[in-house]
Amino acid sequence: MSIPRFLIRTTQLVKQPIFSQYSCQIRPRFVHTSNCAYAARLYTDKHEWVEVRDNGIGIVGISDYAQDALGDVIYAQLPDVNTVLKQKDECGALESVKAASELYSPVSGKVVEKNKELEETPSLINSSCYEKGWLFKVELANNDEVKNLMSEEQYKEFLKTQEAH
Amino acid sequence: MISSKIINRLCKNVLKRAFATEKGEVTALYDFHVQKGGKIVNFGGFMLPVQYSDLSIVNSHLFTRKNASLFDVSHMLQTEIKGKNCVEYFETICTADIQGLKNNSGTLTVFTNEKGGILDDLIVTKISDDQLYVVSNAARKDHDQKHILKGLENYKKTNPSAEINITFLEPKERSLLALQGPKAAEALQKLTSTDLSTVYFMTSIVGDVADVKNCRITRCGYTGEDGFEISIPAEASVKVANALLGNENVKLAGLGARDSLRLEAGLCLYGNDITTETTPVEAALTWLVQKKRRELKNFPGADVILQQIKEGSAVKRIGMISESGPPARQGAVIFSEDEKELGKITSGCPSPSIGKNVAMGYVPTTHSKVGTKLKLQIRNKLYDAVVSKMPFVPSHYYSAPKK
Repeated sequence: MSIPRFLIRTTQLVKQPIFSQYSCQIRPRFVHTSNCAYAARLYTDKHEWVEVRDNGIGIVGISDYAQDALGDVIYAQLPDVNTVLKQKDECGALESVKAASELYSPVSGKVVEKNKELEETPSLINSSCYEKGWLFKVELANNDEVKNLMSEEQYKEFLKTQEAH
Repeated sequence: MISSKIINRLCKNVLKRAFATEKGEVTALYDFHVQKGGKIVNFGGFMLPVQYSDLSIVNSHLFTRKNASLFDVSHMLQTEIKGKNCVEYFETICTADIQGLKNNSGTLTVFTNEKGGILDDLIVTKISDDQLYVVSNAARKDHDQKHILKGLENYKKTNPSAEINITFLEPKERSLLALQGPKAAEALQKLTSTDLSTVYFMTSIVGDVADVKNCRITRCGYTGEDGFEISIPAEASVKVANALLGNENVKLAGLGARDSLRLEAGLCLYGNDITTETTPVEAALTWLVQKKRRELKNFPGADVILQQIKEGSAVKRIGMISESGPPARQGAVIFSEDEKELGKITSGCPSPSIGKNVAMGYVPTTHSKVGTKLKLQIRNKLYDAVVSKMPFVPSHYYSAPKK
């Protein structure tokens, strides 16, 4: 997801989102059904995250930083089930009052589920971007791709460089 | 990608200026905004809050419609024009009948070019026959200053003995606060000895606010609500802002809510909805070309504009509502029901007040009738919309009683 540049600048002057509070992964019941092993969230430089489970399914969402920058999300356009995505493909959009922000897939693969609850209630992205506000699930085509993504720690560092602009 | 779209939307025509330096100009209230949790952005070269940490844009918007919000609009260009020829001079560059205005009353008008295109929109207030107060767009500050001075130069060619003094009030010297919403008058009245009950929409008076003397209070705004724009000596602006915020019905609001409020009110944003490529007639602002000026035909672009008034223009600015789907933003393509391309969206957002998507754009006049069904293209999909009258939400101006 791409954050409007003018929004990124704003964080120089406002309170930092607290990422540490999410670092201990919570496993929402409804997100998935089996192999409930700990899976770390990995991040893109466009502020999406993906959490890859043992069954090869990746759950995709946007970061707390992104939802904070976007503001109230009022419309979520998500990729349809069975859509085949390549890593970095534009695959949907989130709309707030002030802006539309495109979504980019953090990994390649086939969409197996989208968050219908989110389509009904887009504000879940703001209230719960790592749990109820997940976007879609994708069956990974290439497990190696996640090596291109950032860990939580790296992403935090990345945000610092963004703010240095 | 999106970043450029947003920048275009907010800062069109001022891109270079906006990003020429790391930090833009600041208003006298900059530290105050930061202290109050303002999320600061560079807007047209000015560092201004897009929202504050206590309210989301939607909530701030709704709060304004129900209570009152305080906006720092000191980035706008305030100009004082004095001298006995000031009315005649200023009429040579705009379309308003300033002579016909009563003292201490104003009107929206436009600077036009020889092709009838709009160079900027502005509020001109006639204080008296020899004094005008003008507020125009921040994004057009440099342009407007040159235009006003060039206009004076031209005027003096035919009126060499003209007495006109122009002062551009810098944000460092003079702040401008907008207090907008149904509870604005009540909040301001508590802080001023001026009787606001006779200060009607589009009229202006000088008075004290929160014991600060020499404040110009003009009953106008950019939200569709009752409200005021208060021009204040810059050094006293924090004091006035704090005094207004002492009222529980007043909260700070930023550029985000300002944009969605003005869009719901059907008001144009220069650079988006009106540009040098649009005439007042095309922009559905024919009323700005006032009767006497039409008769005198003595404003820039009069030939083109008067012909359009007579024969109608080929295209027209319209309002659109879509019930569902994503909001159409600036640049989205408008199609007819049978999917012929008609024009483009110039502003659009989800409307916090009505819960639907609202937009403005230009279509051929043949497709401009209220109720006409259209389709809007957003990310390669077409969504239904319908031509709707503007404002999208009813305006609540405090107008003078009709006699």
